Amino acid sequence: MSLQLIKQRFMLHMDPILLSGLGALLLVSLLVLYSAGGGNGMRVLGQLGNIAIGFVALWVVANMPLHWLMRSAVPIYVLGMLMLVGVALFGEISHGARRWLNLGFMNFQPSELMKIAVPLMMAWYFEKHEATLTMKNYVIATLLLLMPVALIVRQPDLGTSILIGASGFYVLFLAGLSWRVIGGLLLTAAASAPFLWNMLHDYQRHRIMMLLDPSQDALGKGYHTIQGMIAVGSGGLLGKGYMQGTQTHLDFLPERTTDFIFAVYSEEFGFVGNLFLLGLFAFVIGRGFMITAKASTYFTRLMAGSITLTFFTYAFVNMGMVSGILPVVGVPLPLISYGGTSMLTLLLGFGVLMSIHTHQRLVKT
Amino acid sequence: MTPHVELKNHQRERYLFSLRLIFCLGFVGVLMTALVARTFYLQVWKHEYFDTMAESNRIFVVPIVPNRGVITDRHGEVLARNYAGYTLELTPEKIPDLNATIEEIGKLVEIKPKDLRRFRKLMSERRSLQTLPVKTRLTDGELARFAAQRYRFPGVEIKARLFREYPLSATTSHLLGYIGRINQQELDDLEKKDLAGNYLGSDYIGKTGIEERYEKEMHGVTGLEQIEVDAGGRAVRMLSRTPPQSGKDLQLTLDAGLQKVAEEAFGEYRGALVVIDPANGEILSFVSKPGYDPNLFIDGIDTESWDALNNSPDVPLNNRALRGQYPPGSTIKPFMALTGLHYDVRSPDFAISDPGFYTLQGSSHQYRDWKTGGHGKVDMFKSIVVSCDTYYYGLATELGIDRMHEYLEQFGFGKHTGIDLKGETSGLLPSSEWKMKRYQQIWYPGDTVSAGIGQGYNLVTPLQLAFATATLANDGVAYQPHLVKDIQHAPNENPAQPEPLFDLHIPAAHLSLVKSAMAAVVKPGGTAVGAFWGVPYPVAGKTGTAQVIGVKQGEKYDAEKVSEYNRDHAWFIAFAPADKPRIALAVLVENGGHGGSTAAPIARKVLDFYLLGKKPKPMQKVQEQAGAEDD
Repeated sequence: MSLQLIKQRFMLHMDPILLSGLGALLLVSLLVLYSAGGGNGMRVLGQLGNIAIGFVALWVVANMPLHWLMRSAVPIYVLGMLMLVGVALFGEISHGARRWLNLGFMNFQPSELMKIAVPLMMAWYFEKHEATLTMKNYVIATLLLLMPVALIVRQPDLGTSILIGASGFYVLFLAGLSWRVIGGLLLTAAASAPFLWNMLHDYQRHRIMMLLDPSQDALGKGYHTIQGMIAVGSGGLLGKGYMQGTQTHLDFLPERTTDFIFAVYSEEFGFVGNLFLLGLFAFVIGRGFMITAKASTYFTRLMAGSITLTFFTYAFVNMGMVSGILPVVGVPLPLISYGGTSMLTLLLGFGVLMSIHTHQRLVKT
Repeated sequence: MTPHVELKNHQRERYLFSLRLIFCLGFVGVLMTALVARTFYLQVWKHEYFDTMAESNRIFVVPIVPNRGVITDRHGEVLARNYAGYTLELTPEKIPDLNATIEEIGKLVEIKPKDLRRFRKLMSERRSLQTLPVKTRLTDGELARFAAQRYRFPGVEIKARLFREYPLSATTSHLLGYIGRINQQELDDLEKKDLAGNYLGSDYIGKTGIEERYEKEMHGVTGLEQIEVDAGGRAVRMLSRTPPQSGKDLQLTLDAGLQKVAEEAFGEYRGALVVIDPANGEILSFVSKPGYDPNLFIDGIDTESWDALNNSPDVPLNNRALRGQYPPGSTIKPFMALTGLHYDVRSPDFAISDPGFYTLQGSSHQYRDWKTGGHGKVDMFKSIVVSCDTYYYGLATELGIDRMHEYLEQFGFGKHTGIDLKGETSGLLPSSEWKMKRYQQIWYPGDTVSAGIGQGYNLVTPLQLAFATATLANDGVAYQPHLVKDIQHAPNENPAQPEPLFDLHIPAAHLSLVKSAMAAVVKPGGTAVGAFWGVPYPVAGKTGTAQVIGVKQGEKYDAEKVSEYNRDHAWFIAFAPADKPRIALAVLVENGGHGGSTAAPIARKVLDFYLLGKKPKPMQKVQEQAGAEDD
């Protein structure tokens, strides 16, 4: 009886459909990590820990009433911005980029926080001005987006800035930014491309050049892309079999447990396995769209839509990069790649989705 | 704000949002489809291509070098063999400071200045990423000392290798040639012939002689080990192994004992000697003096030794037997006699009265006989025995150069013999056509006169003359001169028996006249009697002298007055036993003077050893020992 109650209380703000999709993807992650780690369980255990922490966060956020979430938008955003400025001034340098902030007890990457904070802030802003939206509001929202993105590009962290830029852009788009402005922005972007090119760091330029022709520098900058494509292509229709990928197990694939985990999966499970994985992603994204469509308020619609689309962007950019249609920008495959921070951010996002879904359902009943 | 207005606004807003959401759904759908299409392209459409790339990533092919074929003489004496040894080899690309490294190695392993010089030379002609030996043939002590310290020397490794060795050294140098490290040009050549794959692990290739000519047979087929490697190049496991096929062993026609005797018989003299079995063309001995130590060349010769060999006035690297071209001198006379008989210009009985010189009609120029005052009455028999020049001046003039060319060419003069060695020269058998082509000049009657005694434009190689002698000995039936008797084969296969190359169909009467005259050359009254005093078997021979410098009209050649290198070359051709020849030879002694005095004694020693199994007599041993000590 009391067990029943506990279960009921636990599942009160969970969405079982979304939960099953996430669970399936996380199972795939553990499976592939075991192979990518060379049959060593350490990575699997680590990822289990990441998932556990992420689920606690998911559960807590899902159980938060929506107005708590709205109220926290401004403080989180301001805190995040302060930390980004802090990183720019006092950040730890690792691998040639200034991304980490030493908090004394841990190293923290503020840009990860902004993945949630930016769309949250923008959605809050649009909700506040819902009744009287003018061009001015869009400009201000865009500035709220561009300030953190500019700071993250400077770190430099192209992958994260693209994802945050995308999440903010989805808010703008769903908030009804006029097509004419979008067209104008695209033209401006095209026109300023050469200027932006000059602003990029050398390694970022190389990565874009390598996308056009990875064989140009097969042992240098193009190595990752080429080995990734070889792994995917050699997998064939049905794959080489679990734990049988030669590219993976003979060390030819770089960053097997993180950015290039899709290549490990593709090599061992083939085209059929890829269809299954894409199907799982489509299932989660589809559920996100349904939650978005049913969301009752302007804020929740914008928030749910942005979270869903950003999740998709994450997955697409990673798989596109590994299969060689996008440059190598250093974005992990969401929910599959090994990593605590991204797991936490992603599951936090899904917690918000569940909160949106379950709290309005409770309101209705 | 009335509720009505708010509701309309709300509905419109929801409607707009739905449109945007549907657009996003479409956007997601399109990109997902693109991903599916891309993975289909990679995994299904281009699968084979990427599969091949993945395989070549992981599979590393390690060549296994085959053992090179061994070379033996006709009785099984080993002339070229392989032995296992250790070398210390460097990969210059992997070593930041080459000089310092070599200096450090020098503290553990003795590196002689000679090794260092050779290393420098190899550096200048190496292939990229090739390892170069800084020290070959490590002793056990050196091996142990270096092995203990090897962690200090990245890019330096100990390699177990098979080394080539030529036990007879200089004695067989011009015949066997040598192998040496493959250079870039040879590598390009192998690539052009599509053989580079078979030389993947090979460091050596035949450079000259038999080693070069039979490279294909002796090299063997390289084996392969397919090894799975990881990205760091470390071997994970062996996937398959194709064993190498050793190169084939060669059995030469050479008689090593005869070769040693022949080489020693030259003593201090420079020259060449070729001995052929007239019944089948097998070359029994092939000497070019001086020789050189072919073992020096195998791992790259050091600069000092190279300069010594290359700049010596004796030109030891020149293969005189194969490439040396000398006027045949009087050795041409037996062949000239056959030419005269063939065209019926001379009958055996026709005799001249030799005043000691010859003049062309309407000219006062005197073509002198070697003997002042002449030989008196000379017929064909005597013309060979005493080597009468005047007889042949007249014969040549009556034959004319083009008939001489036509008939003598059949003996192989002026063209390659086709021996199984590379780099043979063709000598020169002049004709009027040749002179017009070469010098844009007509042929003068005076040219014919000197051609009649094998001077003038005529040039032959010792090999050519030995071949012509063997053909004559075998009654005009010629066999291809060759050095390889047998190439290792399956037990049920038999090597092809040599077939006659051609038959000149010389009438028996002509043959018996010329042969009996040649047999008389070594008898009292003949030009080579001194060397063949008391010979127990019948020998047919002919002396010859090839002028190095011309002697002016009215002057006399005086060996004492001209410098050593301008003295005449001495020739001797012979076959024995004269009635049933088993052996035919040609000896050339550079600047040896008269054939009868320097070339014929060498021939005698060779014939004695071959026919009687007799080592040279003690009396002659003094000279032999002197030669041996100098070796």
